[in-house]
Amino acid sequence: MADEVKFPVEATHIMMFARSVADDNPIYYDEEYAKTTEVGHIIAPPTFPRAVAQFDPDYFLRPKVGQKWFGSGKNATGLTEPAKSSGGLHAEQHFEYHRQPKPGDVYTVTTKPGKTWEKTSARAGKLTFTETIQEYRDQNGELVVTSRGVGVKTERPVEQK
Amino acid sequence: MALSASKIKVGDTHEEVVIEDLSRTQLVMYAGTSGDYNPLHSDDLYTKEIAGYPGVFAHGMLSMGLTGKMLTNYVGDGRLKKYGVRFTNQVWPGDSLTAKATVVDIREEDGDKVVDLELATVNQDGKTVVTGTATARVDA
Repeated sequence: MADEVKFPVEATHIMMFARSVADDNPIYYDEEYAKTTEVGHIIAPPTFPRAVAQFDPDYFLRPKVGQKWFGSGKNATGLTEPAKSSGGLHAEQHFEYHRQPKPGDVYTVTTKPGKTWEKTSARAGKLTFTETIQEYRDQNGELVVTSRGVGVKTERPVEQK
Repeated sequence: MALSASKIKVGDTHEEVVIEDLSRTQLVMYAGTSGDYNPLHSDDLYTKEIAGYPGVFAHGMLSMGLTGKMLTNYVGDGRLKKYGVRFTNQVWPGDSLTAKATVVDIREEDGDKVVDLELATVNQDGKTVVTGTATARVDA
């Protein structure tokens, strides 16, 4: 992630995000219904903050115009010298909510590296864990969400039993 | 409806089937909204031939999102203070997942009554794919 990303929260994005996690709770799309709830307005599902990736200009897991993509096209990968690693997997994710994210919020999301550690796994060889801490502050500078993610790079694909 | 501290006790559980026969299309939907277009989740050719997996698998964050649906259905909308998980096994197309919350504590925090929950999501074979914890504000 870029060190600082602007993340405008929009109702349509929340609606589509809720669909993508198979959650049809009307508080995620129906403004009239949301007004009748304790919260009083549309909110975002708990894992929505990670959708900040959409707004990161450098996000490496999004194909970019004019650049080679490592996924398949004509061949299994668009790269001529594919990376040996399958890339990282997500190991842990933790959110702390200081208030509920809602449409109209504009976050400034700052990303800081956390700890790094290693472990050996019978199923995937050497594992390298990397922690990332993100803070989501709204247009008034108030902290809305704190996120701690842990990624893992595996020495080989995780063996399936 | 939100939970009331007076109506729950340590050891109470709530469980829901959060997805049945997970489709590849659902994975594509999640890629589209989250912005995580890693080919591991939509591109079978790449995933088999380059990454060395049997086929595409779900984003960890999709498993967390599905588990989150059970959680917000249980504690009520806008009540979560903390939600964290570990991804313990991959989730594959065709999987059906059941997410479960167990009450481990009911206490006060910053003047609010809160409940601490332990979370576990299992697939159709009983294999745990997500473990986690959550804290939510509850009524008195």
